[in-house]
Amino acid sequence: MAESMRDIKRRIRSIENTKKITKAMKMVAAANLRRAQDRVEAARPYSEQLRDVIVNLAAGTQGVDHPMLVSREVKKTGYLVITSDRGLAGGYNSNLLRHLMQTLKKRHKSTDEYVIFVIGRKGVDFLKRRNQPIIGQVTGLPEAPAFADVKAVASQAVNDYADEKFDELYLLYNEFVNPVTQRPTEKRLLPLASTELEETQKSNTIYEYEPSVEEVLEEILPRYAETLIFAALLEGKASEFAAKMMAMSNATDNATELIANNRLLYNRARQAAITQEIAEIVGGAAAL
Amino acid sequence: MSKMQLDIVTPEKKVYSNEVDMVLTRAAEGDIGILPKHAPLVSPLKPTVVRIKNDGQELRLAIGGGFLEVRPEQVTILAESAELAGDIDFERALAAKERAEERLEKNSEIDRTRAELALNRAVNRINVTKM
Repeated sequence: MAESMRDIKRRIRSIENTKKITKAMKMVAAANLRRAQDRVEAARPYSEQLRDVIVNLAAGTQGVDHPMLVSREVKKTGYLVITSDRGLAGGYNSNLLRHLMQTLKKRHKSTDEYVIFVIGRKGVDFLKRRNQPIIGQVTGLPEAPAFADVKAVASQAVNDYADEKFDELYLLYNEFVNPVTQRPTEKRLLPLASTELEETQKSNTIYEYEPSVEEVLEEILPRYAETLIFAALLEGKASEFAAKMMAMSNATDNATELIANNRLLYNRARQAAITQEIAEIVGGAAAL
Repeated sequence: MSKMQLDIVTPEKKVYSNEVDMVLTRAAEGDIGILPKHAPLVSPLKPTVVRIKNDGQELRLAIGGGFLEVRPEQVTILAESAELAGDIDFERALAAKERAEERLEKNSEIDRTRAELALNRAVNRINVTKM
């Protein structure tokens, strides 16, 4: 019995240490989450302004048929998946990747029909293991990614679309609903949905365009697409921290429960040991 | 004297937002100075310098490419990056310039445009601090 008591005590101590770690991680994630949410907010004016300009452009010119606005026959599909670099974030990565695999299986017959861009090491590892066609990847992003960090992969995706390497581009990321809910979402990024661009306030300003409408459009549309990718990344980051916070919060709760259970076991074992000792003494005295 | 609202926005944050007297920069078709009540205008911007005049003082920013949107009461600059002259790390810009020049000399076709862009940005930053 005495040995078992020591084992239980050791176990309790080990769980207590784990609990300290998960608790610290939870607090770090909570702090990061708040900052990530601020960044999502801070990024909004930029993409909204860009969008307003595009809406104005589209309204001012009849029959714009820029390749980024027009759907063409789909022979190949591009996917851009946003995952995290690190785990310990509950179902954050696995939910999204499962969603991706299901979509791929449903939509395509072979791996020739699509290509994938991945952000985040978890996604890269997962998709490499399954021999998926990855054509672009970014890993090791900082907690607070800057636009420059994703610029390369974003413009690669947009340029490949422009070069007709694929005919539509989907964006997959975890939508941030609230700190306890993150939903894997799929959005079609390219061609830019015209419906999304139409429904805005009617501004009656007529702009002059330098050098010309076409050239401005040529410049602005890829930028806008890149900005949307960046916005999705920021939201993905916020979701990641929220998921991490939840996961670590649950882990801490579980640790507390485990400690309580083990403490009960320990006390029971201790009592049993004492009872046995008394029984031995009584037995010894009776034998005399 | 009337003023106009100027906002300089990057994908990460609003860098500058204030009422100003005048904005000077280089648009697609050449240098322009924008005063309040300017005709509506949209133009792309290359990496360039934006000068802001306000109450007799001048403020300079290095813009890493983007867009200029002008309305009579409001000027918006959407830039990929924007740094106030005082915030620029001169040494770093210089190092970036040298690196870009080196890469241009090696002359590998693929990196050429990228190196040229990097050079533009670095030179632009240096110009802003020197002005």
